[in-house]
Amino acid sequence: MLGSLLGAIGQGVIWGVMVLGIFITYKILNVSDLTVDGSFATGGAVFAVTALANIDPTICLIIAMMAGGVCGFITGLLHTKCKIPAILAGILTQLGLYSINLRILGDKANVSIANIDTNITFLAHLTNLPHSRAGMLLGIIVSIICIIFLYSLLGTEFGASIRATGNNEKMIRALGVNTDNIKLFGITLSNMLIGLSGAMLVEMNKYADVGMGKGAIVYGLASIVIGEVFFRRFSNFGIRLFSSVFGCILFFIIRAIVIRLGLKANDMQLISAIIVVIALAMPIFKENMAMRNRGASNA
Amino acid sequence: MLKITNVYKTFNVGTINEKRALEDVNLTLNDGDFVTVIGGNGAGKSTLQNVISGATTPDSGKIEINGIDITKFPEHKRAKYIGRVFQDPMLGTASDMWIEENLALAYKRGENRSPFRWMISNDKENQFKMSLAKLGLGLEDRMKSKVKLLSGGQRQAITLLMATIKKPDLLMLDEHTAALDPKTASLVLNLTNEIIELDKITTLMITHNMRDAINYGNRLIMMDQGKIIYDVSGDEKKKLTVEDLLKKFNQTKDAPSDAMILG
Ligand SMILES: Nc1ncnc2c1ncn2[C@@H]1O[C@H](COP(=O)(O)OP(=O)(O)O)[C@@H](O)[C@H]1O
Ligand SMILES: [Mg+2]
Repeated sequence: MLGSLLGAIGQGVIWGVMVLGIFITYKILNVSDLTVDGSFATGGAVFAVTALANIDPTICLIIAMMAGGVCGFITGLLHTKCKIPAILAGILTQLGLYSINLRILGDKANVSIANIDTNITFLAHLTNLPHSRAGMLLGIIVSIICIIFLYSLLGTEFGASIRATGNNEKMIRALGVNTDNIKLFGITLSNMLIGLSGAMLVEMNKYADVGMGKGAIVYGLASIVIGEVFFRRFSNFGIRLFSSVFGCILFFIIRAIVIRLGLKANDMQLISAIIVVIALAMPIFKENMAMRNRGASNA
Repeated sequence: MLKITNVYKTFNVGTINEKRALEDVNLTLNDGDFVTVIGGNGAGKSTLQNVISGATTPDSGKIEINGIDITKFPEHKRAKYIGRVFQDPMLGTASDMWIEENLALAYKRGENRSPFRWMISNDKENQFKMSLAKLGLGLEDRMKSKVKLLSGGQRQAITLLMATIKKPDLLMLDEHTAALDPKTASLVLNLTNEIIELDKITTLMITHNMRDAINYGNRLIMMDQGKIIYDVSGDEKKKLTVEDLLKKFNQTKDAPSDAMILG
C-alpha cells in the first residue's frame, strides 16, 4: 500500500513538471496549446537516443528540454507569425512530431535504455535507494527548481508582461509589449518543461515509447483542476504552481486507486476526460443553478 | 507635437459594407494642447485615435509625433509616446492582477522590461501609494486587491492614472466617462482635468457631452463623415455655447445622438 502510494508520488512529481509547462500556457498565457502530447514524447525520444550515445545524462536532460522547446517554438511561430489559431497550430505540430519522434527513435516504436547510466541510476547509487524511489527524488528536485524558477520569473518586469498578455492582451500591447513575442516565448518555455518531463519519465521507465505522450494534455489539465479544488482560495503564484504539481500527485494516487479497484490503467484516459469536462462545465452549471434559484425567489 | 497629414481610412473596401471612416484628415496639435473632439456616431472619432495609436493602419497619409514619422510603427512601438483610456472600464486594466501590479506595468510603458528586475520595489510601491492617494478614492489602502473587485469608476480612475503615471507625449481619451453613472463620470472627468493641467499633457479627448467639450480644454474639433468640419480654440472656444454647437450639428449629415442633445 505504502509502496504504491510512493510510486504514485514518484509519477506525480515527474509528470508534475509537464503540468507546470501546461500551467504556463493554459493558466498564465490563456493559450490552448496542444503540442504537449508530441513534445512530451520528443523529450523522451531525444533523451533515449542521446543517453544511448553515451552522452552525460544531465546534458541529455538539457538537450531533451531544448528539443521540447523547439517543438513549442514551432507552434508559437505558426500561431503568432502565420496567425493560425493556437489550438490548430498545436495539433499540426503534434501531428508532425509523431513522424519526427519515430525517426528519432530509429523507426522503432520503443527503445530501451535498461543498462544505461541515467540521473536516476546516479541518484540511486548515491543514496542507496531503489530505482523508483531515486526517480521520485529526481522528480522532487526538478519540480522544486522549476517552481522556484517560474515563481521568480513571474515576479519580474518581464514576467509581469507575460501574465498581463494572458489577462488583457490589448492593454499590455498599448503599454508597449510585443505580445506575439511574449506568446512565442511562453509556448516555448512551456514545451521545454514538457520535454524535460518526458525525458525524466524515460529515465524512470527505462524505455522511450513513441506513444508515451498520448493523453498527456488531458492528464495535465485534470491535474491542474484537481489542484485547484484544494488551493482555489490562494492567488499567490508560488502556491498556484505548487498546486499544479500537487494536483498531479493526487491524479496518480487516484489512478493507483482506480487500478486497485479493478479498472485498467487505460480507463484513466476516460476518467481524466470526465474530470476535465466536469471542471470546465462547473461554472456554467453553477450559473444556471443560481439563475434558476433567482427565478424561483422572484416568482 | 502631433502632426497628421492627408490621412485616409476606408473599412471593408470593395464590399457592400464599404465605409469611409477618415477622409483627408489633417490635424496639428501643439505642445500642451487639450483638444476635445465631438461628432455624431460613426463620424470617425475613434478611428482617428486608432490610426494615431497604431491599432488601425491608415490607407494613406502620414502621422508624426515630435517630428518622428511613426506611420509605419506597430502599435507596441508607439506606446512610448501615447497613453490611452477607452470607454469600457474592462479594457484598460488587467483584471486578475493587483492594483499595484497594474500601475507597475504602466510605469514601464514603452520601455524594456527586464527579466532580472522585480516588477515592484519599495520605492515604486511608495510612489504608487502617493499617486493613488491623490485620486481620493481610498485605493491607496487596497494596493494588493485584484482590479476586478473594483467598480467601473474606480477602474477608470486607475486606467487614467496608468495612462499618465509616466507622462505621455500624447494622451488620448475615447469617451472614457461614458459608461459611468453621472456622479462618477464627473468625478473622473475632474480628475482627468487636474492631471492634464498639472502635467501640461497634450490631450485628445473624445466626448459625447457638448457641455464637457466646451468646458474643458483650449481647443475643440467637430468631426462628421470622416472629416474635421470645425476647429476652434482660444477666445472663440471660450465663448462657445451648446446652442452654437447644436446649430453646427444640424448642418451635418449625421444627426447628433440623444446623449449629445442632453449634454
Ligand atoms: N474595425 C472596423 N471595421 C469596419 N468598420 C469600422 C471599423 N471601425 C469603425 N468602422 C466604421 O467606421 C466608421 C467610423 O467609426 P468610428 O471611428 O468608431 O466612429 P465614432 O467613434 O466617431 O463613433 C463607422 O461607420 C464604423 O462603423
Ligand atoms: Mg467611438
